[in-house]
Amino acid sequence: MPKPASAEKQENENPEDEIIAYELARKQREISIAEFFEKNRHLLGFDNKRKALLTAIKEAVDNSLDACEEAGILPEIKVEVVEMGEERFRVSITDNGPGIVKEQIPNIFAKLLYGSKFHSLKQARGQQGIGISAAVLYGQLTTGKPARILSRISPTKPAYYYELHINTSTNSPEIVKEEERADCEFEHGTRVEIDLEASYQKGDQSVDEYLKQTAIINPHATIIYITPKAEQFIFARVVNELPPPAKEIKPHPYGVELGYLMKMLRNAEEKTLQSFLTNEFSRVGASTAKEICERAALLPNTKPSSLDRTAAEKLLRAIRETKILSPPTDCLSPIGAKNLENGLRKEINAEFYTSTSRPPSVYRGNPFIVECAFAYGGDLPADKPVTLLRFANRVPLLYQQGACATTKAVVSTNWRAYGISQSQGAMPVGPLVIALHLASVWAPFTSEAKEAIAHYPEILREMKLALQECGRELARYIGKKHRVHDELKKKSYIEKYLPHIALAISEILGLSEEQEKELEEAIKDILEKSRHIESLQDEGAEAEIEGERLGISGNVEDELESEGFEENEDETPKTSKRRKRASALNSEESDAESDYLKGGSDEE
Amino acid sequence: MKNEEMLARIKSLSEELYRKIISRDKPQLSMPVRALSNVIYNPKEGYFEIGNQKKTRTLTVNTSKTFAQTLRMLALSKNLVETDDIATKREAYYVSKNWGEARFTEQPESDMIMDDIEAMFMVNREQLGFIPEEKGGDVAGKLTVIDIDPETGKEIKIDCTRMGTGAYSIPSSVEHLKFETKADFILAIETAGMYQRLVKHAYWKKSNSILISLGGVPTRACRRFIRRLSDEMKLPVYVFTDGDPYGYLNIYRTLKVGSGNAAHINKFFCVPQAKYWGITPQDIIDYKLPTHPLKEVDIKRVKDGFKNDPFVKAYPEWQKALRQLVEMKKRAEQQALAQHGLNFVITDYLPEKLSNQKTWLP
Repeated sequence: MPKPASAEKQENENPEDEIIAYELARKQREISIAEFFEKNRHLLGFDNKRKALLTAIKEAVDNSLDACEEAGILPEIKVEVVEMGEERFRVSITDNGPGIVKEQIPNIFAKLLYGSKFHSLKQARGQQGIGISAAVLYGQLTTGKPARILSRISPTKPAYYYELHINTSTNSPEIVKEEERADCEFEHGTRVEIDLEASYQKGDQSVDEYLKQTAIINPHATIIYITPKAEQFIFARVVNELPPPAKEIKPHPYGVELGYLMKMLRNAEEKTLQSFLTNEFSRVGASTAKEICERAALLPNTKPSSLDRTAAEKLLRAIRETKILSPPTDCLSPIGAKNLENGLRKEINAEFYTSTSRPPSVYRGNPFIVECAFAYGGDLPADKPVTLLRFANRVPLLYQQGACATTKAVVSTNWRAYGISQSQGAMPVGPLVIALHLASVWAPFTSEAKEAIAHYPEILREMKLALQECGRELARYIGKKHRVHDELKKKSYIEKYLPHIALAISEILGLSEEQEKELEEAIKDILEKSRHIESLQDEGAEAEIEGERLGISGNVEDELESEGFEENEDETPKTSKRRKRASALNSEESDAESDYLKGGSDEE
Repeated sequence: MKNEEMLARIKSLSEELYRKIISRDKPQLSMPVRALSNVIYNPKEGYFEIGNQKKTRTLTVNTSKTFAQTLRMLALSKNLVETDDIATKREAYYVSKNWGEARFTEQPESDMIMDDIEAMFMVNREQLGFIPEEKGGDVAGKLTVIDIDPETGKEIKIDCTRMGTGAYSIPSSVEHLKFETKADFILAIETAGMYQRLVKHAYWKKSNSILISLGGVPTRACRRFIRRLSDEMKLPVYVFTDGDPYGYLNIYRTLKVGSGNAAHINKFFCVPQAKYWGITPQDIIDYKLPTHPLKEVDIKRVKDGFKNDPFVKAYPEWQKALRQLVEMKKRAEQQALAQHGLNFVITDYLPEKLSNQKTWLP
């Protein structure tokens, strides 16, 4: 990141001339952030040409979705990629968002670290305000062409068109062209067009895959995508409601670190420490503030800006020792279990879907929610490792799967308990797609490119619990599928062999046709009865297996408990309640099934 | 058992099934377990008797296929008995091809069901109208068999001294045969090769005997033939096999006391009066016969015999002989006698056996 300001130039005096530091000082100067990224483009996801195409589109689409949602508009986004020449592409992303006021356009697209999201604590796709300007910068560096922006904020206002360069030494926009456009085809929204050096390939980490996964995790959005090969994909909206808007929250005291706390204290406008604590943090009321001050041995009416480093340290220790409520969770905007499942349904062709949404939890003072959905069977390949779709704040993560917390959670779950094969410490194998979503005000990534979620134990734990919840539903489905299969086999056995028994007896005893019919009916009755008893026995056996399964998943929870989480204690009774309910459900179902089967055989 | 009686038994079983089904009770078929584990050696009668273990097949979804097949097979048997017809085991298997889903896919399946029915009624399959494919064995020597001409129904006499180098073949059903003979004994021989040699050199003429080729483990018809011949003509039976556990425990034991699988009918299909001539383990030493080493399966067969075979348990002489064989770790074939000249068996071995009872085994 930027280095502190350079040393002042010194006057030339002989003895000092020989001091090397002065010599070096002549070379020390500020590095602009734009220059820094010019040299370190990989940190932002522009390390190779294929990835550059994806990242540029991703940044623009993320911004569009954030803007639409913030404005309460159901997003409709058009992505077009045109091959201009060898390794030269033009990407154009158009949204139906609120548009951007004329004055802000240059800063938003041509100034790095400029944005609305960095300073607010609420869930959003973007964080730092680097993404789209980095894409503009990358385009500029590789093609020399300016980025072209067209934006309109209302049908009653004209649209504005800009061609922008970034001045890399000053990190400021250079306006190449600026004009009012009357012929804009949309009433409100923004179009970004960037030329860049890139390469287009299909496959796992492609633009195609990214947009498909974006459609899964944003079922309320319509995305129209035209590939460089002029194919058109329409990912249609399946949910007609926007997710609830995320509220902005103040930082939770557990989440602050010393440096940040000192900065907050220095800039505090409050007159007293007491009011500083209650105003600047969430979940700190008058009594909690008093308690903190007491523990820190600081007077509540101390002026915040007068606290030095030692006092700040005492304050921080006091905060950590004080019991403070978890942060509010209305700053989160989870997609919702049902919506995630619907997203999966529309893009993945399978036979069974299930989903779950975990209750909110907290890591380092940041609230988060884990959501999970499964698609199982159908066309999915049974002999390949399961597909893991990773999402953070409604953005698909395509790179660095191995380093991601989601992967660790999947690998360390015992899948054999749910009827999916898995060798020790590996991805499970089976016809399964897993979607795992982390929604948080501050999603912890392992790098600025936002490619993998960091391994916070609290996050891992919630992910595992979500996987287990879905896993249990899956196991129930797989078990039922086997049962239905057995039932059908038995039914066909009865139909196949029963008439032969009646026929043979009739042949030996010389029965009349009527008597034979009567005999057949009687055998059918007997077999239906025996079939019912057998299936009830199966049911009992299955309940035992289910118990074992829960025993295994219980172990995982034990393991977590040993890592120091308390919530487990109330988890166990809940699970067993679930199980009771489930087995009651199962027996109802099997009754219904045999009724159905009886009905079927009566007809024939 | 007369056909009428058989028919009545089939019908009464079916009626019982019918009654049970109509009153919504699960029908059951029960039959004795057919295995060595369920036979008892009866030393007084000299054969394997079936034990008390029964298996019961109750009609459930899972047994419905076997149940249907058993009953259809029973219906086929009823028709055969009623019309005094027969079907070979293979034919019965083909008849099942008309049974739609209840058909058999391989003959061993239908054979097994047939054996089940046999055991269920404790009769032999010929009484159910089923006959085996295999022939009974070859006969030559001082014997006249009185059979019935299938076309005319008249008696015909077959003189087994007039077979040249060929032989009289035992039919699959022997109950109707009658015999005339002045022979002194019956010699049952394991291998066709040795039988050929004895026929070629007219050993039966020299020794005034009847020669029967077993061709491995004797068929039921062959066992029944020897039994009836021996019983009715008051002839002793001597058995001549290879000197190995198969010859002792499979061929000789089955001929003498019956088998586990046919335990329910052993009473009729065994020859308790049979005596064993050779080749005994002692013969291998006394005649300095060339040998082969015992194979793993041979040793295992002996061990199984000691453990499970009521026949071995009943005869200390056989236990001694089997131990001797295992200690020698050797076996000898009948043909090994050719070591001392091709006709040594006729000129020396068999006459010595006939004259010295001490060299026999029970």
